[in-house]
Parts: sequence; C-alpha cells; structure tokens
Amino acid sequence: MIDTALRKRFEAALGRDAVLTDPLQLRTYECDGLTGFREVPALVLLPRTTEQVAAAVALCAEAELPFVARGAGTGLSGGAVPVAQGVVISLARMRQVLEFDPDDRTMVLQPGVTNAEISKVAAPHGLYYAPDPSSQVVCTIGGNVAENSGGAHCVKYGFTVHHVTALTVVLPDGSVVRLGGDAPETAGPDLRGLFIGSEGTLGIATEIRVRLLRTPQSVRTLVADFPTVEAAGEAVSGIMASGIVPAAVEMLDALAIEASEAAVQAGYSLDATAALVVELDGMEDECEEQFERVVALCREKGTTHIRIATDAEERARIWKGRKAAFAAVGRISPDYFVQDGVVPRTRLAEALSRIAAMSRAEGLRVANVFHAGDGNLHPLVLFDEQAGEAERAERLSSEIAEMCVELGGSLSGEHGIGLDKACSMPKMFGEEDLAVMGRLRSSFDPGGLANPGKVLPTPRLCGESPGRYRPHPLETAGVIERW
Amino acid sequence: MISPHGTPDPQPGQGPAQGQGFDAHDPPSPDLISDCVHCGFCLPACPTYALTGEEMNSPRGRIYQMKLIGEGEAPLDAAAVGHFDNCLGCMACVTACPSGVQYDRLIQSVRPQIERNWARTRADRAFRGLIFRLFPYPRRLRPAAALGALYQRLGVRRLLQRTGVTRRLPARLRALEALMPDVPLRSALRRTPAHSPARGQASAPAARRTVGMVTGCVQQVFFAHVNEATVRVLTAEGCDVVAPREQGCCGALSEHAGREEEAVVRAKRLIETFEDLEVDAVVVNVAGCGSALKEYGRLLAGDPEFAERAERFAAKVRDVSELLAELPPLAPRHPVPARLAHHEACHLAHAQGVRRAPREVLSAVPELEVVDIPESDMCCGSAGVYNLVQPESAEELGRRKAAHVRSTAPEAVVTANPGCLLQISRHLDSELPVLHPVQVVDASIRGVKPW
Repeated sequence: MIDTALRKRFEAALGRDAVLTDPLQLRTYECDGLTGFREVPALVLLPRTTEQVAAAVALCAEAELPFVARGAGTGLSGGAVPVAQGVVISLARMRQVLEFDPDDRTMVLQPGVTNAEISKVAAPHGLYYAPDPSSQVVCTIGGNVAENSGGAHCVKYGFTVHHVTALTVVLPDGSVVRLGGDAPETAGPDLRGLFIGSEGTLGIATEIRVRLLRTPQSVRTLVADFPTVEAAGEAVSGIMASGIVPAAVEMLDALAIEASEAAVQAGYSLDATAALVVELDGMEDECEEQFERVVALCREKGTTHIRIATDAEERARIWKGRKAAFAAVGRISPDYFVQDGVVPRTRLAEALSRIAAMSRAEGLRVANVFHAGDGNLHPLVLFDEQAGEAERAERLSSEIAEMCVELGGSLSGEHGIGLDKACSMPKMFGEEDLAVMGRLRSSFDPGGLANPGKVLPTPRLCGESPGRYRPHPLETAGVIERW
Repeated sequence: MISPHGTPDPQPGQGPAQGQGFDAHDPPSPDLISDCVHCGFCLPACPTYALTGEEMNSPRGRIYQMKLIGEGEAPLDAAAVGHFDNCLGCMACVTACPSGVQYDRLIQSVRPQIERNWARTRADRAFRGLIFRLFPYPRRLRPAAALGALYQRLGVRRLLQRTGVTRRLPARLRALEALMPDVPLRSALRRTPAHSPARGQASAPAARRTVGMVTGCVQQVFFAHVNEATVRVLTAEGCDVVAPREQGCCGALSEHAGREEEAVVRAKRLIETFEDLEVDAVVVNVAGCGSALKEYGRLLAGDPEFAERAERFAAKVRDVSELLAELPPLAPRHPVPARLAHHEACHLAHAQGVRRAPREVLSAVPELEVVDIPESDMCCGSAGVYNLVQPESAEELGRRKAAHVRSTAPEAVVTANPGCLLQISRHLDSELPVLHPVQVVDASIRGVKPW
C-alpha cells in the first residue's frame, strides 16, 4: 500500500509534478497498445534523470512495491500493463540526446527518445539508426531495448541487440550499473545482450548507447503484385536463395492493402492478392545490378505488375503505406488483434495457407502484413466485439501463434511475450528451460518487483483464463470496482 | 510545465452540480471514440504531450478520458476539465492518426459539455467573459486597440515593464498585455470598402471571379493592413471583391472554446449576410475562421431552417491562398529577394488540410526563398484564445517555435493566421518581421518592399 508518507518521499525525490495520484489520470495508464489487458496502478512516476529513476526504484524496493517501466505505451503484448497497487515508471520525460559523436557514429540517448528521432538527429551527418519498427515515429528506444525490436530492415541489419553497444541500467534494488561498453566487443558474459529483450523484468535502462550506420549511397524500392500469396512466397524464397541480401522484403495481402490504401493512399494495387515490397540498398553499381535480378525473379514467379519508386518521396509513400497498415486496419474492422509469430522462411507459404484455412473455419477475416524476408508474420485477426466475436478472435489469434511454434518457429518475432503470451511459453519451452530463465531473472530481481507477471508463466496468471479484459460479473453488477 | 490541474478548483455552491458526466446533448460519440485503437501514433504530434510527457495530456489519453466519462466510469472533474482545456485544438493528431479517428469532432463535442456541466471559478469565468465580450466585437475592440496604441505610444507600456508592474500582473493578464500588437492608430480605424472592382489586365479585361470577403473581427482591427493587401491582390488577380460592412464575428473563437450557442448565433448571422450575394466563393484570410466557416454545415446540421443553407455556404469558403492557387497569376510579380520562414497555421494545415496552396502562391514570387521550419507540424501555442487562457503552456510552445524559426536564419516569417502572427512576433521579441503570405504577394505585385 502507498500511504501519504511514502507518496511524499516519492515527491521529495522526483518533484511534485512527477508523481501522479489522481484516479482519472492513473486510469489513462491502465493499458498500452494492447487494450484488452488493463490494471490501474497506484502511482505513476515521471522521472527525468537516471538518479531519479534510481531513487524511485530504491523506494519501490524498500516498500516492496512492484513497478513497471513504460515508454510510449505502444507495445502489443501488454508488456507495460501496470500491476495492481503497483507503480508505473514512465520514461516519457527522459527524451534527451545526451551525446552524439558523428565521427565515431555513436549516440547516447535517454530511453524516452523516439526511434525516428534518432535518425532525424543523425541525418544531417549522413547517418541513421537501422532498426525501424513500424511504430518508429512514436515508439521509444527504451521500449525497443526492452522488446529487442526489429522492423522491416532487420532482415539485413539485425535487431536492436545488434545496434546497442552499452546500457546504463537501474537494477531492481536501485543500484546503477553499466552493461556492455564503448568498444564493440567487451570481455566477460554478455549481460548487455541478456538485458536487451528482457521486457522490463531485469531493470530499467536509463542511458542507451547506439551505433549509427552510414546512409546507403543508393536505395532502390519496388512493389510487385502477385496473383496468389504462394507465388509471392516463392518470389521471396527465390530472392533469398539467389544470394542477394535485400534490405527489406515485406508482404501485404489483399485485406491489408485495402486497409492501408483507405488510410494513406500509398498507391498499392487494390486488385492484387499479395504485394511484395522489396528494397535493396548499398553501393550504387551493386544495388543496380541486384535490382535488375530481383525484377527478373519477380517476373519469373508470375508478378502481374511491378511499380518501381522513382524518387525518395515515392519510396517514403510506399513505406508509409506499409507502416501504417496495422493501425489502418481500424478502418476496415471495428476491432482486431495484431499477432506476431515467426516461421522458417521456407514454410511461409504453408503457414499462410494454414492461416487461411483457420480463418475460414472460425469465420473471421485475417489480414496479413509481415516481414517476409525473415519469416516474421503479423496476422491481424479482424472481429467485432459488439457482435460477440471477441472470444473466437482471441482463440484464433492464439492458435496462429502456436501453429508458428509447431512449424518450427517462434511465439514472437518482435512484439514480445508480455502478458499476452506468457501462458503460451510452455508450448515453446520445456519446464527446465523456463526454470533457467526464472533463476536468471531472480538473480537480477530476487524480490520479483520488476514487471512481475510478464514473460514467464505464473500459476496465478495462467490459472485464470488468459486474454482480453472481461469485466467480472460482480463488477458489472456494481458490487466491486477495479481501482 | 503545464499543471495537470489547468483549471482552478471549483468553488462549491455555484452553477451546475460538479462531478457529473456528460449530458445528453451531443456527447462525444461512442462510435467515434471506438475508432481509436490506442496505437499512440498521435503522441509525437501533440504539443501538450511534447511539453508534459503525460498520457492524460495526449490525444490518446484524452479520448480515453472521454470514454471513461461517457460510460459513467469517471466523473467530469477538475482533472478531466484541466486536460481537455489544455488541448490546443491544433488537430495535428488528426493528421497523424492512421486509423482516421476524428478527434476534431470529439473535442468539439466535449468543449460545450464542459461549459454546460462544469462550473468554472469566478475569476476564470470573468476572464473568459472579458475575452468573449471584447474580441468578437470590432466596435468594442477598435477603441480598445486605440487605447492600446496610446498606451504604447505614450511609453506607458515601457514604463510599466521597466518598473516591474507588468511582471506582477496575473499570468493571464500578462499574456494579454504582451500579445498586444503595435497597432498604428490609423490602422485600427480603417475599414475594408464594401465593393472593390477587379482591376482589368490586358490579358483578361473582365472579372474572373466575384468573391465575398470575410473581414474578421480581430483581423479588421489589428490587421487591417492584411485585409487591404488581400483586397489589392484579389482585385489585381481579376476578382470583384464584395465585403459587406456589418459582418460581425464568424463565431470561430467561441466554437473552439466550447461556447456553442454563441457560435451558432454568429454562424447564422454570417450566413444571412453572405447568402444573398451572388459570389463564386467566400474568401477568408484567417485560418482559424476559415476552418470554422467550412464546418458550418456540421455546426448547424441539427437546425432545419439552416442545415442546408449552412452546407451551401460552407462549400463556397476558400482560404485566400486556395483561391489564388486556383487562379493562374495574372498580375506580373516583381522579385522579392529574401529568405522567408513559412510557419504553417494548424487551422490551415491540419484542420482544413490546406498545405500546398500557400507554398504554390509564394512560389510564383521571383527570387523568394521559402523555407520550412523544423517541427513544422507543431502548434506555436496561439490556438485561438488558448494563449490567453492557458498562458504557461502557450508560452513554452511559443519559445520553442521561435527557436525553430531562428534556426532557419530567415529575414522574415510568414503565416496565414493572425493568432500565430501575434504569438510568433511576441516570442521573437519583434526581431523579425512576421507577415501574412498575402502581404508578400501584394508587395511583389506592387513592386515594393514587403517590410
């Protein structure tokens, strides 16, 4: 419980304007991008510095209060859902670029800086930050570290873990440590690597050192339409098998194209069953030569139409269409779930046929937008909550994720496990695997205060039926409240 | 920092019962609310989120509060009113939203709800009353401006500033004082002629268009010279310009502040003033007014007598830059060798979706270099009466905008809205001229220096 005395101590450490206690204000923090899971926190803190985060976490440790770090609240696995009676530590006010060395191509950032902002600051020096999740205009580098975010270009450039060299971390006892180092390689176990993707369960990163890349000399982008999803899948395999390493290979199916066009009119063909976005980058000559080969490969696999971006503006429009696709689905369906799973690239076509069959069987539409180059699927399950379809949609969505595991893939590519998939973890990992993860987590957080209930299944969590928030009958009757 | 409680705590025993929800008259629509998928793409676009980093001061957070209040899960209380009042209404979030959420309609439903169902403090009501009894009335504003001009001319302003009297004024009065433009006495008393005929050009001797012109309330008193430039440019471009004498205020300030009844009365009067004129278009040079005029159809949709007339009127409304962009230039342009920073008014870019037209119109001026300002989508903090009623956050946004303007090293700034003009001039400490784009075009046509 947080009494007045404790609240005052938080206020003394962070300043009065950094401690929120008003019930309505607290409720705006009850969920992240996955609104099905909700929990009202007891307190929201808005620190500005590493010292303030450390002070806040130390107070939580002392009072044994669970805490959850939050960036922009765009996560799609419920990773930033508060713990009842716990504390939310919002990093939204920590958005300074602390250091930028264009010669060394590094930048040190506070966690609340958005992903897109990094490249914006770096651009005048011909540099950029490679991982580019679709939500990059809003999602923060702190959240990217927690989720080990990827993006369209990770097929060539890798994930967050490949671009973050050092972290200043506040551990769950309030101590401040530095993981990794300024040099690209450090000695000893790779704790930096362990921390990235730990979804807020090992502590809070407060300073993040990233490496930047030179903006490629040449970038070529095309959109190829295909009459079937399978044909598009074969084109992807063909490109990868040819030895070309594309910067990005993305696929949108007809439903995703419809949504995206409704939102941003990026010029995708509305009559295509599937569209591939292929981007190559690098030195001009190499890029040109490979681009010709990609065009030829698409033709060979039966493309019906190829659109080649003629300038940077058109390329930006193509990408805007792709990146707005998730949220744009809101235009063609009242409600939807965004799923995130990985299958081996060679089994893409099989996975898509199975999704189509499952969709037909359940009588719900599924739109597909995904990173085809590395087999990272993002099926969007469309439903209407008011028509009572939520439960079926939830089942279908979980089945799709578990089918990915069955095909030799993963429960999540980049959205994380969070609260949403914690209970599916045993489908992918054995008991001993999970026990090791649990021991590792305890060694950082013996009190179990950092984002408890996320990632690893707990009997309490998984005993209850997982999924979307459903009001308890007593709540509906007005007998109990969720504050 | 914005205080999360932007609205002072209410005093008990006055006005409607506190802590109720929305009433049944046009509450924010649950359907529109449910369009929001909570993706957060609006956050970086929102000026108050940029300042506070607070979820409840973001569009996503505000929609969430509307939902909770609408469903009876939370009361319309001081905190909620504070967060809604904090919203500038710049509509940058509408542009940013991939799901097509109509936040503009949502917040426009909420504001009148607050005015009806929330008792503001006596001081707050008095201040808002002062604003709305002064600004929309040119006949009252004119003497006030004349007094203001004297106040500046006689050095009273400098004296009060030097002696620190100004500093001791409450924040809102200080904002009012600081925004007051340097109006030449003569300018404050000028009026737009009721009819200005097209000036024939050899290539097009007859008038190309007949247009009605909305002269504005604040605009015609503080910015009579912008209206004059507008008339000169339009007539030079072959338009007959009709500007009815007694137009009154269009109601934009009232509507954007939730004073719906006032806005409705004014909208009807303006429609009546213009509907019998035989004009091809109704031209307006104030972005804030233009966005309200174009929304008349929605504002009066429930009024059987006016619904259709309002639609008809709204369909004719054009920002002056839109009209000029439609007409191929007729009058020759002289070079204006200068570097201009272009500040996009939110009510033009976001609310009306007019972005290309001002650029096109300026691009016809030879030797003129027009540069965009970094963070151009972000509001300058003016936002109608916002900089008067929420001076602290307006001040921060103004400073931020001024810094971005300076970073482009321009010789002058252009913007199509008088509110932005006042706000930016103030935060640039008058170090650069700030003009309406039409003034630059006017100077180019006449071959004179624009500043």
